[in-house]
This record gives sequence, C-alpha cells and structure tokens, in this order.
Amino acid sequence: MAETITIEPVTRLEGHAKITVHLDDAGRVDEARFHIAEFRGFEKFCEGRPLGEMAGITARICGICPVSHLLASSKAGDAILGVPVPPAAEKLRRLMNLGQLIQSHALSFFHLSSPDLVFGMDSDPLKRNVFGIMQAHPDVARAGIRLRQFGQEMIELLGGQKVHPAWTVPGGVREPLTEEGRQRVLAWLPEARETTDLALALFKGLLDKYAPEAEVFGNFRSLFMSLVADDGEWEHYGGKVRIVDSDGNTIADKLDEADYQEYIAEAVESWSYLKFPYYRPLGYPEGMYRVGPLARLNTCTHMGTPRADGELLEYRDRVGTNGIVTSSLMYHYARLVEIMAGIERVERLVNDPDVLSSRVRVDAGINNLEGVGVSEAPRGTLFHHYKVDENGVIRKANLIVATGHNNLAMNRTVSQIAKHYIDGPGIPDGALNRIEAGTRCYDPCLSCSTHAVGKMPLHVTLLDAGGNVVDEARRE
Amino acid sequence: MAVVTLTINDHLVSAEDHQTLLDAAKAADAPLPTLCQLDGVSDVAACRLCLVEIDGSPKLQPACMTPVAEGLSVRTDTQRLRDYRRMIVELLFAERNHVCAVCVLNGHCELQDLAIEVGIDHVRYEYLHPHVGVDVSHAQFGIDDNRCVLCTRCVRVCEEVEGAATRDVMGRGTNCRIISDLNVPWGQADSCTSCGKCVMACPTGALFTQGATTAEMEKDRSKLSYIVRAREEHQWVR
Repeated sequence: MAETITIEPVTRLEGHAKITVHLDDAGRVDEARFHIAEFRGFEKFCEGRPLGEMAGITARICGICPVSHLLASSKAGDAILGVPVPPAAEKLRRLMNLGQLIQSHALSFFHLSSPDLVFGMDSDPLKRNVFGIMQAHPDVARAGIRLRQFGQEMIELLGGQKVHPAWTVPGGVREPLTEEGRQRVLAWLPEARETTDLALALFKGLLDKYAPEAEVFGNFRSLFMSLVADDGEWEHYGGKVRIVDSDGNTIADKLDEADYQEYIAEAVESWSYLKFPYYRPLGYPEGMYRVGPLARLNTCTHMGTPRADGELLEYRDRVGTNGIVTSSLMYHYARLVEIMAGIERVERLVNDPDVLSSRVRVDAGINNLEGVGVSEAPRGTLFHHYKVDENGVIRKANLIVATGHNNLAMNRTVSQIAKHYIDGPGIPDGALNRIEAGTRCYDPCLSCSTHAVGKMPLHVTLLDAGGNVVDEARRE
Repeated sequence: MAVVTLTINDHLVSAEDHQTLLDAAKAADAPLPTLCQLDGVSDVAACRLCLVEIDGSPKLQPACMTPVAEGLSVRTDTQRLRDYRRMIVELLFAERNHVCAVCVLNGHCELQDLAIEVGIDHVRYEYLHPHVGVDVSHAQFGIDDNRCVLCTRCVRVCEEVEGAATRDVMGRGTNCRIISDLNVPWGQADSCTSCGKCVMACPTGALFTQGATTAEMEKDRSKLSYIVRAREEHQWVR
C-alpha cells in the first residue's frame, strides 16, 4: 500500500514549510515534495503606493536579506526614473550588498547548517543546533556570530540600522559612508578573513566524510543562472544574466533583466504557495535551473580577487567536473568562497575615495512607465518588475526571488535524498534529518519567496496510495 | 493687559488675560497633548486631546479654545482625561491605514509621538481599513489619505498664512477627505502656489515630499511661526 511521509515543520530555514514523501505500493519513494505553506501578498498591496516608497516596503519582505530587495527595488526605480546613478552610489550599494552577503552566508553556515555538518546527520537533535555548537566548539560559534555581526554592522554604518534600512532609493543612496565608518570596517577585516579561513578549513576537512551525501544531496544535472560581469567575473549587483548547463556550456549570455519574461516563465502547483520558475526555452519542468552561490560559482569565469580566485580554483578542482559543481551540498562550500570574495571586495571598496563622496543621489521625475531591477541576493538572482502610472503610482508589481528560482531543484533534491534513504515501509533514523539538511543547502528563505511571514517549522507525513496518513514525524 | 490668577493641578499660576488654558498650562509646566493646534494659525479644537476638567463645570473643555479666568481651578491629568486621550488616539489609528514601519515620517511623526505619550501598546478597536488613495499628481508633493488625521492644519495654513485657500474639507464622518480646490487632483489645482507650507504643517506623513522614502522626512514647523511673526510683528527672529 502506498504511503506519504510528512516532515512538518522543517526547521533551521527562514519560513514555514513541510515535506511530504510519497511511497508507492512497494513502499519505495515515488517522489518527495517541498511545500511552502506561507502566503503574503506583497505584490498586491504594493499596488497604489508611490514608487519612492517601494524600496522601504519591499525590504520588509525579509529581515535576513532586506538589502537585496532594497537594491532590486531601487534598480527598478532607477529604470523608471530613466537615470544612471552616480558612480559613488553604485559603489556604496555594492558595499551594502556585500555586507549582507557576508552576514547572510555566515548565518546560513554557522547558525543553521554547521550543526548538521559538525555533529553528523545522525546525531542527537537536541544537540544538533547552534547551542550545541556553542557548547562543543565555542570558538567556532563565537567566530561565526561575530562574522555575521561584521556584515550587519556594515549595513548599519551605511543605512543607520541593521534590518530594513531604507537607504538605497531610486536614483542612488541617501548618505555616503563616513570616515569613521570606513575605519570601523577596516578594523573588522583581519578577523573576518581569519574566520572565513577557519570555516573553509572546517568544511574542506569534512569533504571526505560527506562524500556519500554529496552524491545524493541534490546531485543532478540542471541549468545554473546568475549575473556575471562583462568579462565573466563573479557579480552580485551589476552585469547581465548568464545561464550555463552542467557541462559548462553557456546556454544564454548577456541577457538583459528587462527581458526576463522572455527567458523565465513560472508554473504553479496546487500543493505549494511558491511558484515554480523555469527556463522558458526548455519548458516545464525540463527548464529547471539553480541560482545562488553554487550557480554563481558555475557561471563566472573568475572571482576577481586574489584569495577568492585561489579558493575558486581549489573548489572546482576538488568538487567539480570540468569546472562545474552539480551537488547542492556544495552550496555550503560555495557560500564560504563567496564570503572570502566579499571580504576582499569590501576592502577594495572602502579604500576607494568615492565611498565618502556626497554626490550619491540623482533627482528625476517619472520618465518610464515600467522598470525591472535585478540583484544577486545571498540566495540567488532577485528580480523586481514594476509598472507605474504617469505620476509614479505602482499599478503592477512582480517579484521573482531566489528561493523561487530554486523551487524545482529543491523538490528534486528532497526526492533524491528520500529515494536514497527511504526504502519503505518505515522511516529509517537519520533519513528525515538528511531530507531537512538537503533543503538547508539552498538556505531557502520562504518568507521572501512567497513574500510571506513567519518562522519555519517541519512536518513529514507518510501517505499511502489512497492518501491515508500512515506515519508522521513532527518537529516543533 | 491684565494678569489673572488660576489654579492648575492644585498649583496657583498667573497668566495674561488674553491667553488660553493651553498657554497657561504650558507655562505652568503642565503641557497638554495636542494635534490640531499649530502655532501661527487659528485654533479649531478638532482633535480634543487638550481637553481639561474645570471645577464647577460638568463638561470637559478644550484648553486651546478656553480663555484663562480669575479663580479657575483646572485639572489637566486625571485618569478620566488620560483614558479619553488614549481612546482618541486609538480611534485615529483605527480610522485610517497607518503603517509606521514604511511611512516617510516614521520616527518624526506627531501622531506616533502621541501614541507613545498616551501609552498605546495596542489598539482596542477594529480597524476600518478604508480604501483611500494617494494623490501624487503634484510635481513636488503628495498627499496620502491613509495617513491623514483630519486635523485641518493644512487647510488653515494654506488659507491663513499662504492666502491661497487651495485646501478644504469634503464629506462627513469616515468619508471626510482633505481636497484640493473643488476636489481636483492636486497637480491640477490652479490656486496652489506650491509653497509647501501644508506639507510642513502636517503632523503625520499624509503630506509628503515626492521621492521621500521610509523615515526620511522631518518637518520644520518653526518656519511657519517665523513667517507669521515676521508679517504680524515685523520681527524676523527664529
């Protein structure tokens, strides 16, 4: 008799979700689904608001990555104003985005995922959390918390507050960095670099241990999408969209964000509030692609800073094939390489005199009735698309966020892990942990992806072919 | 000019006979909360936040409109008054859509300050969530009725200080709205001189500068009393 296993709530993610594992009559996994159980409706209630408020409103979608929404929203606003922002404003926006990338990646690695990696997937769940890390490895926990603090402080130094700083605006930014702020950032850099080295060494030391998981944690062929600079350098703010396949072939390059609807389409499934974007030319679901750290390191040719370039070469050499890494477990590794790149770029930017310039904002009226903004959020590519009336009042808003892009891949990942570890009729110990840990590779932000609210629990149900609940595991 | 003596909260105080209880209370270090009152324009006693108890009178009186008088005994801070003030501010929040977190005036808003002053930690009344719009047809300024408390400061400052009388009030009860000219989009209001005094006078983020983002605006209302004093007393002091 076929069954469904439900994992609800899924923990140590940002948001609410459940996972169901569907078993066939023989008790083997047919498929597993990652259900997003939130609904928020930002796109709808933004209608009628003035364009200038959009950055501040959409930043409220997420407390972890408000800066991504601020940037994508402001860039969409720039397009509607029809003006290029001052060079200093672009550098300052980049600086804030790097602060966020560092803090968000540190949160994902140290607070959320390191317990799985350090203690093992089969360890006691009571200990397998950040408090367990604090007890067993206080130095690692402290370093990780402080690395996140560094990123958050950078955001605060620029925007006046750590969370939801409405500092980037259509046309630029509100204020430049102060000399005092610049000195504070510089003072943090040696420690931040040291912590990143520590994390990289930690993860590299676990590669052999987790080789079996790497084979089945979202290890499949897919497309990868991200922004890259003109010369193929790793990007997080500007550049154009590039899509590569699992063999490293560039499928599409220099795609303009304004044309995103030509290459991205969205499908809807009745069992999730989160849409399923796909690469339009390949159709649904064959057009599955991944975004975020793993994708960014697959699409770029180089990182553009010395330490990160060295790490990228080693990363591709150790876990890649022909320069492409296909296992989603390596999102964690890619995140750490990106933190290193972020720190190096922060150093470069704060030493640029432009970041102290007062010419940071242009003033303009409504010159276009439509605009698309794109940025690389920590979790991947983020699009904001607005249509306004002649006075700049929002008539339509469409947001496609990173966790949405990864939806198909996350579902494929939980299926792959479930098929590997569950062979019916019961749920073996550690299987659920691995399924959950599989979703954590993507560091999914469900609040963002559904533009929804709340924290994230996990609930797995085992259903039979008739839809009856046979077994259930719940984690509060 | 004569001086009168009255009692405010059991303390004897002196005041000039042309002053109001609001002035006398302020001078006696017992300031009252206000919202519709604005230095430089006439008083209308619309918000009812400065209501006081006067011994011998069964009715509460608005301090902004009540002249001082010899021998009055006034109470400004009783439990009954505190309850009413809190209720008034809660009702203001419930009547429109005030979302402080993303408001241009967050952190510098008189309504927000009042809510803190009267001790609001939640609103006990059901929100009306009216469907009201935003008018950003003016090139420099915008009006968001969601944040309007109908204090009419903008109406008075436009007529009494600028002399344009662009602003007026339309409708009754919950349908009451601030309008431009004969209810045309602000950008089409011929009488508007685009002076911005109404924006400065507004206690909330209802009137704002175009392009302003979350918590970005601060309003300098001292400019209004500066203009009035300069015109009436020929004194150019801030």
